[in-house]
Amino acid sequence: MEHVAPPAWVMLAYLISGVFFILALRGLSSPATSQQGNRFGMAGMLIAVVTTLVTHEVASLPEILGAIAIGGGIGWVTARKIAMTDMPQLVAAFHSLVGMAAVLVAAAAFLNPVAFGIAGEDGLINPVSRVEMGLGIAIGAITFSGSVIAFLKLAGKMSGAPILLPLRHVINLGTLAAILGLIGYFTVDQSPWIFWTVTALAFLIGFLLIIPIGGADMPVVVSMLNSYSGWAAAAMGFTLHNTAMIITGALVGSSGAILSYIMCKAMNRSFISVIAGGFGAEAAVSSGEAKEQRPWKRGSAEDAAYMMQQAESVIIVPGYGMAVAQAQHILREMADVLKKQGVSVKYAIHPVAGRMPGHMNVLLAEASVPYDEVFELEDINSEFAQADVAFIIGANDVVNPAAKTDKTSPIYGMPVFDVDKAKTVFFVKRSMGGVGYAGVDNDVFYMDQTMMLLADAKKMCEDIVKALQH
Amino acid sequence: MDFISILSIFVMACFVGYYVVWSVTPALHTPLMAVTNAISSVIIVGALIAGAAGGSPTAKWLGLIAVALASVNIFGGFAVTARMLAMYKKKER
Repeated sequence: MEHVAPPAWVMLAYLISGVFFILALRGLSSPATSQQGNRFGMAGMLIAVVTTLVTHEVASLPEILGAIAIGGGIGWVTARKIAMTDMPQLVAAFHSLVGMAAVLVAAAAFLNPVAFGIAGEDGLINPVSRVEMGLGIAIGAITFSGSVIAFLKLAGKMSGAPILLPLRHVINLGTLAAILGLIGYFTVDQSPWIFWTVTALAFLIGFLLIIPIGGADMPVVVSMLNSYSGWAAAAMGFTLHNTAMIITGALVGSSGAILSYIMCKAMNRSFISVIAGGFGAEAAVSSGEAKEQRPWKRGSAEDAAYMMQQAESVIIVPGYGMAVAQAQHILREMADVLKKQGVSVKYAIHPVAGRMPGHMNVLLAEASVPYDEVFELEDINSEFAQADVAFIIGANDVVNPAAKTDKTSPIYGMPVFDVDKAKTVFFVKRSMGGVGYAGVDNDVFYMDQTMMLLADAKKMCEDIVKALQH
Repeated sequence: MDFISILSIFVMACFVGYYVVWSVTPALHTPLMAVTNAISSVIIVGALIAGAAGGSPTAKWLGLIAVALASVNIFGGFAVTARMLAMYKKKER
């Protein structure tokens, strides 16, 4: 049986669905058009699902509707209830589901090739389709197991520290080579053992690839897995000759790849070095011994309130610590009080602040911070020199001047905020003991104009708000 | 469709994806990930074909599970994106 070409309107419907997905991403170029874009995405999905259902002989409609209802219900409720701070792990969990769905679809296509129209006249699967489904199941399985580990690390159910196996590079490359070799061999021998071995090895390598990667490298990992979930969908689109799946797969694949690139660039790390893992593990060990004691000043909430009231401009630099302390709401209240008193308040967001791309922006939006008060690194960095106060809350490595000056530092070359140029710096931090993710000391702590506000971020902001209102 | 036409669509779509994604504002990168998540669940098309077909009961059940998983993502992904996007507001003047 050769592929029977579907009627023209069906091809057209899938094409429209694909175009709607492009418009969904296009809408995200500005917050003003983004909601419209999201509706395009929903419409595209509806078109794809309905077209598939009406053009296939459906032997089990109640079961299918049941599956959609169960899955949809779970998804809907989760989406309504999830806290914005938990968004990174939610996205990781969603990635794992796409990966698993790809694995199941590829497995179903292998078991019932006739239904997918990929069986040749002799009942065997076409060699090209075998490569496509081999790749589909492998990428899907890597996406699944990798995302599960990323989810566990992000949700704190597993230590964020890198787990380094001996010989891990040899094991990983060997496994990868075995997967590719078996997929190649699959074109001449369609034995089930090959297919299932590829699947098992892919599940294994997804797990092995992510365990050596530390917590703060998760923005890259989550973006990378996002990309993989797209390539898995594209591979299955090739198998099914489905335009909507191919366009979407390519869109999602490039989206994840671009986000990974942006994140790597914002850390001045190569993609390979992130994937190789282990960052932060060695640095933390070496800095432990040779740490000199330097003088630093401790400030109080009253000091901070007083200085910021006197200031003309304040720039707030939030980081992952703000998310952990859930301090975004009280932080916005603090900014509101200051604005009422005539102080200009802006927020500065580093591309890798938080645990996923755009994480800080979402949290500030949740706290009703208007998006036109929130600025990206390159747009605001020159303003620190004129700012009266830099208020750093839960960030550390992204304000470390060592990235500019110290060639031996693990974060050398990473673009950082020039907070050291501000007249006064307030650094909200839980204790002096903890170092940032990179495990390096931060000269900003010891500058003359710096006052350390040692407390929980939320508690500190509450105290500052109280002091401001006196 | 022959392999080359499909490949052409794929390559063109990669280029479209490249330019469209670079135009996304960094402030919306988290919603971008959530919505790409939702749309990559278009893999539900394959799951529906497997779930709807007779022939192999195992394949059918694998398909139905895949339909359920993809549905979690579709409904969850679009809903959470909508929820996030509704929070982005301009300054009141």
